[in-house]
Amino acid sequence: MTDATINAASLAGSQDELESPARRALRRLFKRKGAVAGLIVLSIFLLLAIFAPLIAPFDPVATSWSLVRKPPSALHWFGTDELGRDVLARVIYGTRASLLAGVISVSIALSVGVPLGLISGYRGGFIDALISRITDAMLACPFLILAIALAAFLGPSLGNAMIAIGVTATPIFVRLTRGQVMSVKVEDYVEAARAMGNPRWRIALFHILPNIMPALLVQATLSVAAAIIAEAALSFLGLGQQPPSPSWGSMLNAAQRFLTNAPWMAIWPGLAIFLVVLSLNLVGDGLRDALDPRER
Amino acid sequence: MGVSSRIDAGCLPPSLPLPRIRLRPKAGFVGQERRGNAGAAPRLTNAMLNFLARRLAQLVPTLFFVSILIFSLQQLLPGDPALVMAGEERDPAVIEQIRHQYRLDQPIPVQYVYWVKGVLSGDFGESLRIKVPVRDLIAHALPVTAQLAVMAIIIAFGIGVPAGIISAVKKGTAWDYGANFFAVWGISTPNFWLGIMLIFLFSIILGWLPASGYVSPFENLRGSLASTIMPAFVLGNAIAAILMRHTRSAMLQVLESDYVRTARAKGLSERSVILKHAMRNALTPVITLGALELGTLLSGAVLTEQIFTIPGFGKLIVDAVFNRDYAVVQGVVLVTATIYITLNLIADIAYILVNPRLRA
Repeated sequence: MTDATINAASLAGSQDELESPARRALRRLFKRKGAVAGLIVLSIFLLLAIFAPLIAPFDPVATSWSLVRKPPSALHWFGTDELGRDVLARVIYGTRASLLAGVISVSIALSVGVPLGLISGYRGGFIDALISRITDAMLACPFLILAIALAAFLGPSLGNAMIAIGVTATPIFVRLTRGQVMSVKVEDYVEAARAMGNPRWRIALFHILPNIMPALLVQATLSVAAAIIAEAALSFLGLGQQPPSPSWGSMLNAAQRFLTNAPWMAIWPGLAIFLVVLSLNLVGDGLRDALDPRER
Repeated sequence: MGVSSRIDAGCLPPSLPLPRIRLRPKAGFVGQERRGNAGAAPRLTNAMLNFLARRLAQLVPTLFFVSILIFSLQQLLPGDPALVMAGEERDPAVIEQIRHQYRLDQPIPVQYVYWVKGVLSGDFGESLRIKVPVRDLIAHALPVTAQLAVMAIIIAFGIGVPAGIISAVKKGTAWDYGANFFAVWGISTPNFWLGIMLIFLFSIILGWLPASGYVSPFENLRGSLASTIMPAFVLGNAIAAILMRHTRSAMLQVLESDYVRTARAKGLSERSVILKHAMRNALTPVITLGALELGTLLSGAVLTEQIFTIPGFGKLIVDAVFNRDYAVVQGVVLVTATIYITLNLIADIAYILVNPRLRA
């Protein structure tokens, strides 16, 4: 980064060298085929979620006794489920629950974990030791089991599943932020900011935080993928989205019972989870490479 | 590319490069570099002993917080345990008596002290539902999950390490792309969906394997393998992907090193260079990573055991959560957390023992 600015200054500005770090990262991201494919698939799912009522061919909760567990046909492309509901419509509407759960639970984890990590890493001392030990303790407990226990406590609903996943994912961001702060806070620019008399909170928010953003962004992208799987897992156990509202996890739970007669019920929701999670992982990997200042 | 994220219903990823191996060689650790002699007998030095002592001292507060966290789970779970135990009985006097008998009428800190005292003497209490000591339930479930975990880790190493080596050696070829595709696939497939699809293929269409249930290897080895191979593959698959990525990046690094160039220069066959010189050095971090993954496996089998109805740890705890069986939830989480922390410690120790650069 500093190389780029020095070069730019000495060469008196070729367009290419003057671009901002964010722009350069984006340009590098778009060079990666995997990441671009992931972005395209994610955009498609995002459109499906937003325009579900316009796109879905049927009402996702309308039951029909004459259509129970019908295989895929010209009318019902993905077949129908055990109550005669259209599987395609339910997969499309299920996108909403999954994407919402992924984004909101990671937002919770970020908004709690990053401040704690900043305090822990920048202040050090007793507060750091306390936060670190609690983080260790939470990370020592199996993620899904903590999430299940929390979700069971809060009561089964999509909102509570998001809170449970968000809280359980928080220690990951505490630890990541803390580690990043520890390595950044000895840099010269932090020292310079302190020498100029900036208060601590200002240094933490305006000098350290922007510099650890890339790492947080990559982890957040990968965590959304994990949160979507976790939401599907909770819904699979009946602790997430409640019937009759569609969610990919609860569709898979119903599908397992009718696997012998109606395998199409199991294929589509699982494939949808797989595609979304795969795309998020590809974008996350691409972001990591694109944001890495060492790589050119 | 050397970094992987664990996407597994069992555990959310800490996904920085080898994130849980937190050992960073400090100034005192780095002696003369003696690369390429992984076979030398490990010797303990003062610096290493210091590190181990600090690492062990950290265990105490961590376990203390784990026990508090687990104990507060009881306060988090919905419902009144006394009512659960009373079952059909609705007589207030009986409920009061149960409350008294299980010390539920005492303040929470007092309950915590009694619980910790019991745990330290090996008494995890009694299942509220089926009136069986939690210790016995754990003793029955642990070997089942342990068998799954061992099979899964064998599968993971069996697929992940060769795939990683091949993709590093043949970097940029179709082999490399294939292995990378496998890694992304393994990390992105939700394990419960993979489980359902395997049941559909091998149990329903082909009819080769039982769809659910568990047979102990001591009763019937063949039947036991048949009943656990699918869940073990589901568990191992995601780990194989992680191991593959780490093996690949470690191999790529090692293949560029001076001693590999030297080995090539003195005319060794490519096979010998890769298998004897490069692989042995590249695999040490991968093996410690495997120890860590074994820990997440023990606890991460929740949904997999649910789908294949295998009576291991995962099924025990999900049933306990749904039955509001507090003592069982606490006991199982405490045991998995302790196993996980211990494996973490072993991985850290192994890491210094096998890494000659950390030996002064």
